[in-house]
Amino acid sequence: MNIISYIFFTFVIVGTFFAILRIYLGPTAPDRLVGMSTMTTLTTVLLVFLGYFFNRYVYIDVALVYAILSYIGEVSIARYLEGGI
Amino acid sequence: MILTIIGAILILISSAFLFLGAFGIYRLPDVYNRLQAATKSTTLGAFIGIIGVGFLKPEWFLKTLIIAGFLFLTNPVSSHAIGRASCLRGVKPYSGTVVNKTQEFEECRSTKKE
Amino acid sequence: MFIISLLLIIFMIVLAIITIEFNDLLKAVISSGGVSLIASILFYILHAPDVAMAEASIGAGLTIGIFVFALRRTRRWEEEEEDE
Repeated sequence: MNIISYIFFTFVIVGTFFAILRIYLGPTAPDRLVGMSTMTTLTTVLLVFLGYFFNRYVYIDVALVYAILSYIGEVSIARYLEGGI
Repeated sequence: MILTIIGAILILISSAFLFLGAFGIYRLPDVYNRLQAATKSTTLGAFIGIIGVGFLKPEWFLKTLIIAGFLFLTNPVSSHAIGRASCLRGVKPYSGTVVNKTQEFEECRSTKKE
Repeated sequence: MFIISLLLIIFMIVLAIITIEFNDLLKAVISSGGVSLIASILFYILHAPDVAMAEASIGAGLTIGIFVFALRRTRRWEEEEEDE
């Protein structure tokens, strides 16, 4: 089970690196927003799996709060890009 | 024991999907292609991974199902908002993905006449 | 776990440099959201889930929303350098 955990951490952290690279060199503003959206989804899965890795039940609430609230930020930036807020 | 094996296999599949989605973010040439890689592959990977944690610990299954349901509802809505905003802003699609059959037909006919 | 924390701290420093250096303000708002996200993971790894929850809710939802409202009222620096 330990080997699977480290494989998962390696893949997710390399994926976060690609998303940060897209935030750095995206030519337009929606590109950067796509990178941000990918990073929030990866982070939610990482938080749930770290809750399993530390074996605590209470830690999963953070992932629940993050999954609800990251939606508001992305939709507000998208509405700003569209023109009316 | 069988639940542990199922959960481990689900988590390996989910890590492959998440890595391929993030690699598509880096590799594809356009906003719309990147958005497709981001929303489809990453949503499926997140869903499978969170359900896999629920299989590994069967007493946590209800809360993981709630988190997966929230991701499954909110992620397509936000990606649709991003696509609509970039379309209304006038971001041009990548020239390899645009299909214009009449222009191709005219070019073909004009070359055949000569 | 030490190597994961080290990589996350390096990513956080890179995002903070992006936030400060660039000229477009919307870029800075998105990058500051990323900084708050990685800070939330680091609090989580240090076994402080309540601080991580507060950091996630404030940094992800409220700060980005309020910055975008302020950006709507003032202006985004797009006139000097062409971004599109």
